[in-house]
Amino acid sequence: MTLPLFRHNRANRVVTFDEYREEGGFEGLRKAFTGMSPAEVQQTVIDSGLRGRGGAGFPTGRKWSFVPRDLPGPRWLICNCDEMEPGTYKDRVLLEHNPYSLIEGMTLACYALGVRHAFIFIRKGYEKAAANLARGIEEAKKAGLLGEKILGTEHSIELDLHLSAGRYICGEETALINALEGKRPNPRQKPPFPAVKGLWQGPTVVNNVETLANIPAIVANGAAWFKGLALNPEGAGSKLFCVSGSVENRACVELPIGSTLEAVLDACGGMREGRKFKACIPGGASTQFLKPEHMKLPMDYDTVAKAGSRLGSGGVIVFDESHCLVEATLNLITFFARESCGWCTPCREGLPFVREILTRIENGRGEEDDIAILREHVKYLNYSFCALAPGAMAPLEGLLRDFEDEVREHIVKKKCPLK
Amino acid sequence: MIPESLKKTLEARVASAITAREAAVDVMKELQAHYGWLTDEAVGEAASLLGLSPLQVEELATFYEMIYRRPVGKKVIHVCDSISCWCVDCEGIIEHLKKKLGVGLGETTADGMFTLLPCCCMGMCGDGPAMSVGDVPYGKLTPELVDEILEMERQKA
Repeated sequence: MTLPLFRHNRANRVVTFDEYREEGGFEGLRKAFTGMSPAEVQQTVIDSGLRGRGGAGFPTGRKWSFVPRDLPGPRWLICNCDEMEPGTYKDRVLLEHNPYSLIEGMTLACYALGVRHAFIFIRKGYEKAAANLARGIEEAKKAGLLGEKILGTEHSIELDLHLSAGRYICGEETALINALEGKRPNPRQKPPFPAVKGLWQGPTVVNNVETLANIPAIVANGAAWFKGLALNPEGAGSKLFCVSGSVENRACVELPIGSTLEAVLDACGGMREGRKFKACIPGGASTQFLKPEHMKLPMDYDTVAKAGSRLGSGGVIVFDESHCLVEATLNLITFFARESCGWCTPCREGLPFVREILTRIENGRGEEDDIAILREHVKYLNYSFCALAPGAMAPLEGLLRDFEDEVREHIVKKKCPLK
Repeated sequence: MIPESLKKTLEARVASAITAREAAVDVMKELQAHYGWLTDEAVGEAASLLGLSPLQVEELATFYEMIYRRPVGKKVIHVCDSISCWCVDCEGIIEHLKKKLGVGLGETTADGMFTLLPCCCMGMCGDGPAMSVGDVPYGKLTPELVDEILEMERQKA
Protein backbone atom coordinates (compact mmCIF):
# COMPACT_ATOMS: atom_id res chain seq x y z
CA MET A 1 0.00 0.00 0.00
CA THR A 2 1.33 3.46 -0.85
CA LEU A 3 2.17 5.46 2.22
CA PRO A 4 1.11 9.11 2.00
CA LEU A 5 4.05 11.25 3.13
CA PHE A 6 7.01 10.23 1.01
CA ARG A 7 5.14 8.99 -2.04
CA HIS A 8 5.90 12.14 -4.04
CA ASN A 9 9.60 12.14 -3.13
CA ARG A 10 12.29 12.30 -5.78
CA ALA A 11 15.88 11.28 -5.18
CA ASN A 12 17.94 14.30 -4.13
CA ARG A 13 15.54 17.00 -5.26
CA VAL A 14 12.28 18.61 -4.35
CA VAL A 15 9.15 17.45 -6.21
CA THR A 16 7.73 20.08 -8.57
CA PHE A 17 4.27 21.60 -8.29
CA ASP A 18 3.17 19.93 -11.54
CA GLU A 19 4.52 16.54 -10.50
CA TYR A 20 2.69 16.79 -7.18
CA ARG A 21 -0.59 17.63 -8.92
CA GLU A 22 -0.18 14.90 -11.53
CA GLU A 23 0.22 12.36 -8.74
CA GLY A 24 -3.04 13.32 -7.08
CA GLY A 25 -1.85 16.30 -5.08
CA PHE A 26 -4.51 18.92 -4.22
CA GLU A 27 -7.24 16.32 -4.89
CA GLY A 28 -8.07 16.31 -1.17
CA LEU A 29 -8.37 20.10 -1.28
CA ARG A 30 -10.59 19.98 -4.37
CA LYS A 31 -12.79 17.33 -2.79
CA ALA A 32 -13.24 19.32 0.42
CA PHE A 33 -13.79 22.78 -1.09
CA THR A 34 -16.25 21.54 -3.70
CA GLY A 35 -18.19 18.90 -1.82
CA MET A 36 -17.56 18.74 1.93
CA SER A 37 -18.57 21.04 4.76
CA PRO A 38 -15.88 22.14 7.25
CA ALA A 39 -17.58 19.93 9.85
CA GLU A 40 -17.31 16.95 7.52
CA VAL A 41 -13.58 17.52 7.02
CA GLN A 42 -13.12 17.74 10.79
CA GLN A 43 -15.15 14.56 11.32
CA THR A 44 -13.03 12.72 8.73
CA VAL A 45 -9.89 13.69 10.63
CA ILE A 46 -11.46 12.55 13.92
CA ASP A 47 -12.52 9.23 12.37
CA SER A 48 -9.09 8.67 10.81
CA GLY A 49 -7.51 8.29 14.27
CA LEU A 50 -4.66 10.66 13.31
CA ARG A 51 -2.61 11.57 16.37
CA GLY A 52 -0.26 14.55 16.68
CA ARG A 53 3.13 13.68 15.24
CA GLY A 54 5.07 16.39 17.10
CA GLY A 55 5.60 14.15 20.10
CA ALA A 56 2.59 14.26 22.39
CA GLY A 57 0.41 12.02 20.21
CA PHE A 58 -2.83 13.81 21.07
CA PRO A 59 -5.72 13.00 18.68
CA THR A 60 -5.67 15.75 16.05
CA GLY A 61 -9.40 15.87 15.30
CA ARG A 62 -10.20 16.15 19.01
CA LYS A 63 -7.71 18.99 19.38
CA TRP A 64 -9.50 20.78 16.55
CA SER A 65 -12.87 20.18 18.18
CA PHE A 66 -11.81 22.19 21.27
CA VAL A 67 -11.93 25.41 19.24
CA PRO A 68 -15.22 27.12 20.13
CA ARG A 69 -17.33 27.68 17.02
CA ASP A 70 -19.06 30.81 18.23
CA LEU A 71 -16.25 33.11 19.48
CA PRO A 72 -16.04 36.38 17.53
CA GLY A 73 -12.81 37.69 16.03
CA PRO A 74 -10.06 35.97 14.11
CA ARG A 75 -8.86 32.47 14.88
CA TRP A 76 -5.47 31.06 13.98
CA LEU A 77 -3.65 27.95 12.85
CA ILE A 78 0.09 27.58 13.45
CA CYS A 79 2.26 24.87 11.96
CA ASN A 80 5.02 24.02 14.39
CA CYS A 81 8.19 23.50 12.37
CA ASP A 82 10.58 24.35 15.18
CA GLU A 83 11.91 20.78 15.53
CA MET A 84 14.94 21.24 17.77
CA GLU A 85 14.64 17.98 19.71
CA PRO A 86 17.95 16.13 19.33
CA GLY A 87 17.49 13.07 17.15
CA THR A 88 14.51 14.53 15.32
CA TYR A 89 14.84 15.74 11.73
CA LYS A 90 11.77 14.40 9.94
CA ASP A 91 10.16 17.79 9.26
CA ARG A 92 13.32 18.96 7.51
CA VAL A 93 13.49 15.84 5.33
CA LEU A 94 9.78 16.06 4.50
CA LEU A 95 9.91 19.74 3.51
CA GLU A 96 13.15 19.48 1.58
CA HIS A 97 11.47 16.86 -0.61
CA ASN A 98 7.90 18.10 -0.70
CA PRO A 99 6.44 21.35 0.68
CA TYR A 100 3.05 20.83 -1.02
CA SER A 101 1.54 18.22 1.31
CA LEU A 102 1.99 20.68 4.17
CA ILE A 103 0.58 23.60 2.20
CA GLU A 104 -2.44 21.55 1.14
CA GLY A 105 -2.83 20.11 4.64
CA MET A 106 -2.78 23.56 6.23
CA THR A 107 -5.33 24.88 3.75
CA LEU A 108 -7.61 21.96 4.59
CA ALA A 109 -7.09 22.49 8.33
CA CYS A 110 -7.91 26.20 7.94
CA TYR A 111 -11.09 25.25 6.05
CA ALA A 112 -12.13 22.79 8.77
CA LEU A 113 -11.39 25.25 11.56
CA GLY A 114 -12.73 28.43 9.94
CA VAL A 115 -9.27 30.02 9.97
CA ARG A 116 -8.47 32.84 7.54
CA HIS A 117 -4.78 33.33 8.34
CA ALA A 118 -2.21 30.68 9.28
CA PHE A 119 1.49 30.73 10.11
CA ILE A 120 4.32 28.29 9.60
CA PHE A 121 6.76 28.77 12.48
CA ILE A 122 10.05 27.53 11.11
CA ARG A 123 13.33 27.19 12.96
CA LYS A 124 16.64 28.79 12.10
CA GLY A 125 18.75 26.41 10.06
CA TYR A 126 15.85 25.20 7.92
CA GLU A 127 16.37 27.84 5.23
CA LYS A 128 16.09 25.32 2.40
CA ALA A 129 12.76 24.06 3.72
CA ALA A 130 11.59 27.67 4.15
CA ALA A 131 12.57 28.52 0.56
CA ASN A 132 10.64 25.48 -0.72
CA LEU A 133 7.59 26.56 1.26
CA ALA A 134 7.78 30.18 0.10
CA ARG A 135 7.92 29.06 -3.51
CA GLY A 136 5.16 26.47 -3.01
CA ILE A 137 2.85 29.05 -1.43
CA GLU A 138 3.25 31.34 -4.46
CA GLU A 139 2.60 28.46 -6.87
CA ALA A 140 -0.52 27.37 -4.98
CA LYS A 141 -1.80 30.97 -4.97
CA LYS A 142 -1.28 31.33 -8.70
CA ALA A 143 -3.20 28.11 -9.28
CA GLY A 144 -6.14 29.38 -7.20
CA LEU A 145 -5.56 26.77 -4.50
CA LEU A 146 -4.63 29.30 -1.82
CA GLY A 147 -5.22 33.00 -1.20
CA GLU A 148 -8.38 34.79 -2.29
CA LYS A 149 -11.52 32.79 -3.18
CA ILE A 150 -9.98 29.33 -3.32
CA LEU A 151 -11.25 27.35 -6.34
CA GLY A 152 -13.79 30.09 -6.91
CA THR A 153 -15.48 29.57 -3.54
CA GLU A 154 -16.06 32.20 -0.87
CA HIS A 155 -13.15 30.89 1.19
CA SER A 156 -9.92 32.89 1.39
CA ILE A 157 -6.88 31.64 3.27
CA GLU A 158 -3.49 33.23 3.78
CA LEU A 159 -0.29 31.35 4.75
CA ASP A 160 2.69 33.21 6.22
CA LEU A 161 6.16 32.02 7.12
CA HIS A 162 7.73 33.05 10.42
CA LEU A 163 11.45 32.38 10.57
CA SER A 164 12.69 31.97 14.12
CA ALA A 165 16.15 32.62 15.51
CA GLY A 166 16.73 29.31 17.25
CA ARG A 167 15.66 28.17 20.71
CA TYR A 168 14.34 24.72 21.70
CA ILE A 169 11.57 26.04 23.95
CA CYS A 170 9.91 27.65 20.90
CA GLY A 171 8.68 24.14 20.06
CA GLU A 172 6.48 24.24 23.17
CA GLU A 173 2.98 25.24 22.08
CA THR A 174 2.49 28.32 24.26
CA ALA A 175 6.12 29.47 24.08
CA LEU A 176 5.79 29.30 20.31
CA ILE A 177 2.73 31.53 20.48
CA ASN A 178 4.66 34.08 22.54
CA ALA A 179 7.57 33.86 20.09
CA LEU A 180 5.27 34.50 17.14
CA GLU A 181 3.83 37.55 18.89
CA GLY A 182 7.38 38.87 19.31
CA LYS A 183 7.46 38.30 23.06
CA ARG A 184 10.08 36.44 25.07
CA PRO A 185 9.29 32.78 24.34
CA ASN A 186 8.45 31.61 27.84
CA PRO A 187 5.63 29.08 28.15
CA ARG A 188 2.22 30.42 29.19
CA GLN A 189 0.03 29.22 32.00
CA LYS A 190 -2.71 26.80 30.94
CA PRO A 191 -5.71 27.16 31.13
CA PRO A 192 -6.82 29.01 29.14
CA PHE A 193 -5.75 26.55 26.47
CA PRO A 194 -4.67 27.93 23.10
CA ALA A 195 -7.79 26.46 21.48
CA VAL A 196 -9.73 29.11 23.42
CA LYS A 197 -7.15 31.88 23.96
CA GLY A 198 -3.92 31.59 22.03
CA LEU A 199 -2.30 33.82 19.45
CA TRP A 200 -3.32 37.45 20.08
CA GLN A 201 -5.88 36.04 22.53
CA GLY A 202 -7.78 34.33 19.70
CA PRO A 203 -8.64 30.63 19.40
CA THR A 204 -5.51 28.89 18.07
CA VAL A 205 -4.55 25.42 16.92
CA VAL A 206 -0.87 24.43 16.84
CA ASN A 207 -0.06 21.29 14.83
CA ASN A 208 3.20 19.66 13.79
CA VAL A 209 4.39 19.52 10.16
CA GLU A 210 3.99 15.75 9.84
CA THR A 211 0.48 15.89 11.34
CA LEU A 212 -0.73 18.49 8.85
CA ALA A 213 1.02 16.83 5.90
CA ASN A 214 -1.15 13.74 6.50
CA ILE A 215 -4.44 15.64 6.09
CA PRO A 216 -4.60 15.76 2.25
CA ALA A 217 -4.40 11.97 1.88
CA ILE A 218 -6.91 11.46 4.70
CA VAL A 219 -9.45 13.76 3.04
CA ALA A 220 -8.78 12.35 -0.45
CA ASN A 221 -8.89 8.67 0.53
CA GLY A 222 -11.09 8.65 3.61
CA ALA A 223 -10.70 7.86 7.29
CA ALA A 224 -10.96 4.07 6.89
CA TRP A 225 -8.13 4.03 4.34
CA PHE A 226 -5.87 5.92 6.74
CA LYS A 227 -6.71 3.67 9.68
CA GLY A 228 -6.05 0.65 7.46
CA LEU A 229 -2.48 1.76 6.77
CA ALA A 230 -1.42 0.81 10.29
CA LEU A 231 -0.20 -2.70 10.99
CA ASN A 232 -2.13 -3.04 14.23
CA PRO A 233 -5.57 -1.91 15.42
CA GLU A 234 -4.04 0.47 18.01
CA GLY A 235 -2.48 2.63 15.32
CA ALA A 236 -3.53 4.71 12.31
CA GLY A 237 -1.54 5.84 9.30
CA SER A 238 2.16 5.86 8.70
CA LYS A 239 4.98 7.38 10.73
CA LEU A 240 8.24 9.05 9.81
CA PHE A 241 11.07 7.50 11.80
CA CYS A 242 14.26 9.52 11.68
CA VAL A 243 17.01 7.20 12.74
CA SER A 244 20.44 8.25 13.97
CA GLY A 245 23.31 6.72 15.93
CA SER A 246 24.73 3.25 15.33
CA VAL A 247 22.85 2.05 12.26
CA GLU A 248 24.34 1.33 8.85
CA ASN A 249 22.34 3.95 6.91
CA ARG A 250 21.11 6.79 9.09
CA ALA A 251 17.94 7.89 7.37
CA CYS A 252 14.41 9.16 7.74
CA VAL A 253 12.04 6.39 6.67
CA GLU A 254 8.25 6.19 6.37
CA LEU A 255 6.72 2.99 7.71
CA PRO A 256 3.22 1.93 8.70
CA ILE A 257 2.45 2.66 12.34
CA GLY A 258 2.79 -0.57 14.28
CA SER A 259 5.96 -1.63 12.45
CA THR A 260 8.32 -3.27 14.92
CA LEU A 261 11.45 -1.61 16.21
CA GLU A 262 13.36 -4.29 14.33
CA ALA A 263 11.66 -3.30 11.06
CA VAL A 264 12.61 0.35 11.67
CA LEU A 265 16.26 -0.61 12.16
CA ASP A 266 16.15 -2.98 9.18
CA ALA A 267 14.87 -0.15 6.98
CA CYS A 268 18.13 1.59 7.89
CA GLY A 269 20.34 -1.37 7.01
CA GLY A 270 20.45 -2.72 10.58
CA MET A 271 23.22 -2.06 13.06
CA ARG A 272 26.55 -0.63 11.92
CA GLU A 273 28.94 -3.38 10.97
CA GLY A 274 30.62 -4.86 14.00
CA ARG A 275 28.32 -3.08 16.48
CA LYS A 276 25.83 -4.72 18.81
CA PHE A 277 22.52 -3.06 19.78
CA LYS A 278 22.54 -1.90 23.38
CA ALA A 279 19.55 0.43 23.61
CA CYS A 280 17.69 3.12 21.74
CA ILE A 281 15.61 6.16 22.47
CA PRO A 282 12.53 5.81 20.25
CA GLY A 283 11.04 9.29 20.15
CA GLY A 284 13.62 12.05 20.44
CA ALA A 285 15.67 13.23 23.42
CA SER A 286 12.80 13.28 25.92
CA THR A 287 11.88 9.60 25.83
CA GLN A 288 13.03 6.55 27.79
CA PHE A 289 15.31 3.77 26.56
CA LEU A 290 14.11 0.67 24.76
CA LYS A 291 16.25 -2.46 25.12
CA PRO A 292 17.12 -5.53 22.98
CA GLU A 293 14.04 -7.32 24.36
CA HIS A 294 11.86 -4.67 22.62
CA MET A 295 12.93 -5.58 19.07
CA LYS A 296 9.50 -7.03 18.26
CA LEU A 297 7.63 -4.13 19.88
CA PRO A 298 5.07 -2.56 17.51
CA MET A 299 5.86 1.14 17.23
CA ASP A 300 2.56 2.85 17.91
CA TYR A 301 1.70 5.39 20.61
CA ASP A 302 -0.13 3.09 23.03
CA THR A 303 2.12 0.04 22.74
CA VAL A 304 5.35 2.01 23.19
CA ALA A 305 3.79 3.79 26.19
CA LYS A 306 2.87 0.43 27.73
CA ALA A 307 6.50 -0.65 27.32
CA GLY A 308 7.53 2.34 29.49
CA SER A 309 8.64 4.81 26.84
CA ARG A 310 7.00 7.07 24.25
CA LEU A 311 6.77 7.05 20.47
CA GLY A 312 7.31 10.82 20.72
CA SER A 313 8.52 12.41 17.51
CA GLY A 314 9.85 9.14 16.07
CA GLY A 315 13.46 10.29 16.45
CA VAL A 316 15.13 6.92 17.01
CA ILE A 317 18.64 7.27 18.47
CA VAL A 318 20.51 3.97 18.49
CA PHE A 319 23.29 3.11 20.96
CA ASP A 320 25.68 0.18 20.67
CA GLU A 321 27.75 -1.66 23.26
CA SER A 322 30.60 0.84 22.94
CA HIS A 323 28.38 3.72 24.14
CA CYS A 324 28.34 4.64 27.81
CA LEU A 325 24.72 5.36 28.68
CA VAL A 326 25.69 7.52 31.66
CA GLU A 327 27.60 9.75 29.30
CA ALA A 328 24.75 9.63 26.77
CA THR A 329 22.28 10.72 29.46
CA LEU A 330 24.70 13.43 30.58
CA ASN A 331 24.78 14.70 27.00
CA LEU A 332 20.97 14.80 26.92
CA ILE A 333 20.70 16.57 30.29
CA THR A 334 23.34 19.08 29.18
CA PHE A 335 21.19 19.89 26.18
CA PHE A 336 18.09 20.44 28.31
CA ALA A 337 19.98 22.47 30.92
CA ARG A 338 21.33 24.73 28.20
CA GLU A 339 17.94 25.14 26.57
CA SER A 340 15.89 25.81 29.72
CA CYS A 341 14.34 29.25 29.39
CA GLY A 342 14.97 29.80 33.10
CA TRP A 343 11.37 30.77 33.81
CA CYS A 344 10.78 28.35 36.69
CA THR A 345 13.03 27.18 39.51
CA PRO A 346 12.88 23.35 39.18
CA CYS A 347 14.03 23.56 35.59
CA ARG A 348 16.50 26.45 35.95
CA GLU A 349 18.19 25.12 39.10
CA GLY A 350 17.38 21.43 38.91
CA LEU A 351 18.78 20.61 35.50
CA PRO A 352 22.29 22.04 36.14
CA PHE A 353 22.33 20.20 39.49
CA VAL A 354 21.45 16.89 37.83
CA ARG A 355 24.06 17.59 35.17
CA GLU A 356 26.67 18.16 37.89
CA ILE A 357 25.90 14.84 39.59
CA LEU A 358 26.00 12.91 36.32
CA THR A 359 29.30 14.60 35.44
CA ARG A 360 30.78 13.47 38.75
CA ILE A 361 29.56 9.90 38.23
CA GLU A 362 30.90 9.79 34.68
CA ASN A 363 34.28 11.10 35.84
CA GLY A 364 34.62 8.54 38.63
CA ARG A 365 33.76 10.87 41.51
CA GLY A 366 30.24 9.61 42.12
CA GLU A 367 28.94 8.27 45.45
CA GLU A 368 26.30 5.63 46.17
CA ASP A 369 23.93 8.32 47.52
CA ASP A 370 23.95 10.03 44.14
CA ILE A 371 21.64 7.39 42.69
CA ALA A 372 18.98 8.18 45.31
CA ILE A 373 19.47 11.93 44.77
CA LEU A 374 19.00 11.49 41.03
CA ARG A 375 15.85 9.45 41.64
CA GLU A 376 14.43 12.24 43.81
CA HIS A 377 15.12 14.77 41.10
CA VAL A 378 13.28 12.69 38.55
CA LYS A 379 10.29 13.24 40.86
CA TYR A 380 10.93 16.92 41.73
CA LEU A 381 11.50 18.10 38.20
CA ASN A 382 8.03 16.99 37.25
CA TYR A 383 6.84 20.07 39.17
CA SER A 384 8.15 22.48 36.56
CA PHE A 385 6.04 25.03 34.69
CA CYS A 386 6.12 23.27 31.31
CA ALA A 387 7.09 19.86 29.92
CA LEU A 388 10.77 20.66 29.28
CA ALA A 389 12.06 19.44 32.64
CA PRO A 390 9.87 16.30 32.81
CA GLY A 391 11.01 15.58 29.25
CA ALA A 392 14.61 15.90 30.36
CA MET A 393 13.97 13.48 33.20
CA ALA A 394 12.62 10.73 30.92
CA PRO A 395 16.01 9.40 29.74
CA LEU A 396 17.40 9.75 33.28
CA GLU A 397 14.48 7.80 34.71
CA GLY A 398 15.08 5.18 32.02
CA LEU A 399 18.79 5.04 32.85
CA LEU A 400 18.06 4.44 36.55
CA ARG A 401 15.37 1.88 35.74
CA ASP A 402 17.13 -0.13 33.05
CA PHE A 403 20.84 0.52 33.52
CA GLU A 404 21.28 1.11 37.24
CA ASP A 405 24.08 -1.48 37.24
CA GLU A 406 25.99 0.55 34.69
CA VAL A 407 25.59 3.70 36.82
CA ARG A 408 26.72 1.83 39.95
CA GLU A 409 29.70 0.36 38.14
CA HIS A 410 30.93 3.91 37.51
CA ILE A 411 30.66 4.65 41.23
CA VAL A 412 32.26 1.41 42.45
CA LYS A 413 35.11 1.39 39.95
CA LYS A 414 35.56 5.16 40.29
CA LYS A 415 35.76 5.48 36.52
CA CYS A 416 33.73 5.00 33.37
CA PRO A 417 33.93 1.26 32.66
CA LEU A 418 33.94 1.93 28.94
CA LYS A 419 36.94 4.24 28.95
CA MET B 1 23.01 54.92 12.00
CA ILE B 2 21.46 52.57 9.50
CA PRO B 3 21.14 53.67 5.86
CA GLU B 4 17.81 55.24 4.89
CA SER B 5 17.05 52.37 2.47
CA LEU B 6 17.39 49.73 5.20
CA LYS B 7 15.29 51.85 7.53
CA LYS B 8 12.53 52.02 4.90
CA THR B 9 12.65 48.24 4.37
CA LEU B 10 12.37 47.61 8.09
CA GLU B 11 9.57 50.15 8.52
CA ALA B 12 7.68 48.38 5.74
CA ARG B 13 8.19 45.00 7.46
CA VAL B 14 6.89 46.39 10.75
CA ALA B 15 3.92 48.00 8.99
CA SER B 16 2.96 44.67 7.38
CA ALA B 17 2.97 42.85 10.72
CA ILE B 18 -0.22 42.15 12.62
CA THR B 19 1.28 43.89 15.65
CA ALA B 20 4.59 45.77 15.41
CA ARG B 21 6.46 43.48 17.77
CA GLU B 22 5.54 40.43 15.68
CA ALA B 23 8.33 41.62 13.37
CA ALA B 24 10.90 41.71 16.18
CA VAL B 25 12.95 38.67 15.12
CA ASP B 26 13.05 39.78 11.48
CA VAL B 27 14.13 43.30 12.46
CA MET B 28 16.88 42.01 14.77
CA LYS B 29 18.14 39.64 12.07
CA GLU B 30 18.29 42.39 9.45
CA LEU B 31 20.10 44.77 11.78
CA GLN B 32 22.52 42.02 12.74
CA ALA B 33 23.22 41.33 9.07
CA HIS B 34 23.99 45.05 8.62
CA TYR B 35 26.27 45.51 11.65
CA GLY B 36 27.74 41.99 11.81
CA TRP B 37 26.30 41.57 15.30
CA LEU B 38 23.47 43.17 17.24
CA THR B 39 25.26 46.24 18.60
CA ASP B 40 23.91 48.49 21.36
CA GLU B 41 23.06 50.99 18.65
CA ALA B 42 21.13 48.28 16.78
CA VAL B 43 19.18 47.41 19.93
CA GLY B 44 18.16 51.08 20.20
CA GLU B 45 17.19 51.23 16.54
CA ALA B 46 15.19 47.99 16.79
CA ALA B 47 13.38 49.38 19.85
CA SER B 48 12.32 52.57 18.10
CA LEU B 49 11.21 50.67 14.97
CA LEU B 50 9.17 48.17 17.01
CA GLY B 51 7.76 50.61 19.55
CA LEU B 52 9.45 48.70 22.40
CA SER B 53 11.91 49.76 25.08
CA PRO B 54 15.58 48.82 24.53
CA LEU B 55 15.22 46.48 27.51
CA GLN B 56 12.37 44.61 25.81
CA VAL B 57 14.55 44.15 22.71
CA GLU B 58 17.45 43.10 24.93
CA GLU B 59 15.42 40.31 26.54
CA LEU B 60 14.61 38.97 23.09
CA ALA B 61 18.10 39.41 21.69
CA THR B 62 19.75 37.52 24.52
CA PHE B 63 17.20 34.70 24.29
CA TYR B 64 17.87 33.52 20.76
CA GLU B 65 20.79 31.38 19.69
CA MET B 66 21.32 33.11 16.37
CA ILE B 67 21.29 36.69 17.62
CA TYR B 68 24.74 37.81 18.77
CA ARG B 69 25.02 40.52 21.40
CA ARG B 70 28.81 40.45 21.27
CA PRO B 71 31.12 40.93 18.30
CA VAL B 72 31.57 37.77 16.23
CA GLY B 73 33.87 36.86 13.37
CA LYS B 74 32.89 37.26 9.73
CA LYS B 75 31.43 33.76 9.82
CA VAL B 76 30.00 31.98 12.84
CA ILE B 77 30.58 28.24 13.04
CA HIS B 78 27.91 26.37 14.97
CA VAL B 79 29.06 22.84 15.70
CA CYS B 80 26.48 20.39 17.01
CA ASP B 81 27.25 18.56 20.25
CA SER B 82 23.85 16.92 20.75
CA ILE B 83 23.23 13.22 21.22
CA SER B 84 23.02 12.02 17.61
CA CYS B 85 26.26 13.75 16.69
CA TRP B 86 27.80 12.54 19.98
CA CYS B 87 27.10 8.95 18.85
CA VAL B 88 29.33 9.54 15.83
CA ASP B 89 32.14 11.35 17.65
CA CYS B 90 31.35 15.04 17.36
CA GLU B 91 33.79 15.49 20.23
CA GLY B 92 36.67 14.57 17.93
CA ILE B 93 35.42 17.11 15.38
CA ILE B 94 35.11 19.84 18.01
CA GLU B 95 38.67 19.16 19.22
CA HIS B 96 39.88 19.29 15.64
CA LEU B 97 38.12 22.62 15.03
CA LYS B 98 39.59 24.11 18.20
CA LYS B 99 43.09 23.03 17.24
CA LYS B 100 42.79 24.07 13.62
CA LEU B 101 41.37 27.51 14.44
CA GLY B 102 43.47 28.03 17.55
CA VAL B 103 40.45 29.09 19.62
CA GLY B 104 38.20 27.67 22.32
CA LEU B 105 34.42 27.46 22.14
CA GLY B 106 32.91 30.95 22.20
CA GLU B 107 36.05 32.55 20.82
CA THR B 108 36.95 34.27 17.55
CA THR B 109 40.06 33.56 15.47
CA ALA B 110 42.86 36.11 15.54
CA ASP B 111 42.14 37.18 11.96
CA GLY B 112 38.49 37.84 12.81
CA MET B 113 37.29 35.28 10.27
CA PHE B 114 35.56 32.59 12.39
CA THR B 115 33.75 32.42 15.72
CA LEU B 116 33.34 28.89 17.07
CA LEU B 117 30.16 28.10 19.02
CA PRO B 118 28.68 24.81 20.21
CA CYS B 119 25.03 24.38 19.34
CA CYS B 120 22.07 22.13 19.96
CA CYS B 121 20.68 19.81 17.41
CA MET B 122 20.64 21.31 13.91
CA GLY B 123 18.24 18.70 12.54
CA MET B 124 21.14 17.02 10.75
CA CYS B 125 21.04 13.91 12.95
CA GLY B 126 21.14 11.57 9.96
CA ASP B 127 24.23 13.34 8.64
CA GLY B 128 26.23 13.87 11.81
CA PRO B 129 28.72 15.02 12.86
CA ALA B 130 27.38 18.34 11.64
CA MET B 131 28.16 22.05 11.71
CA SER B 132 27.04 25.18 9.95
CA VAL B 133 29.25 28.00 8.72
CA GLY B 134 27.24 31.17 8.33
CA ASP B 135 23.99 29.87 6.89
CA VAL B 136 25.47 26.81 5.18
CA PRO B 137 24.99 23.41 6.84
CA TYR B 138 27.64 20.70 6.47
CA GLY B 139 27.28 17.06 7.49
CA LYS B 140 29.18 13.77 7.69
CA LEU B 141 32.22 15.69 8.89
CA THR B 142 35.69 14.21 9.09
CA PRO B 143 38.80 16.18 10.11
CA GLU B 144 39.87 16.29 6.45
CA LEU B 145 36.47 17.56 5.31
CA VAL B 146 36.51 20.21 8.05
CA ASP B 147 39.87 21.47 6.73
CA GLU B 148 38.50 21.68 3.19
CA ILE B 149 35.35 23.51 4.31
CA LEU B 150 37.31 26.06 6.35
CA GLU B 151 39.59 26.73 3.40
CA MET B 152 36.65 27.10 1.03
CA GLU B 153 34.72 29.39 3.40
CA ARG B 154 37.84 31.49 3.91
CA GLN B 155 38.18 31.96 0.18
CA LYS B 156 34.50 32.74 -0.31
CA ALA B 157 34.63 35.49 2.32
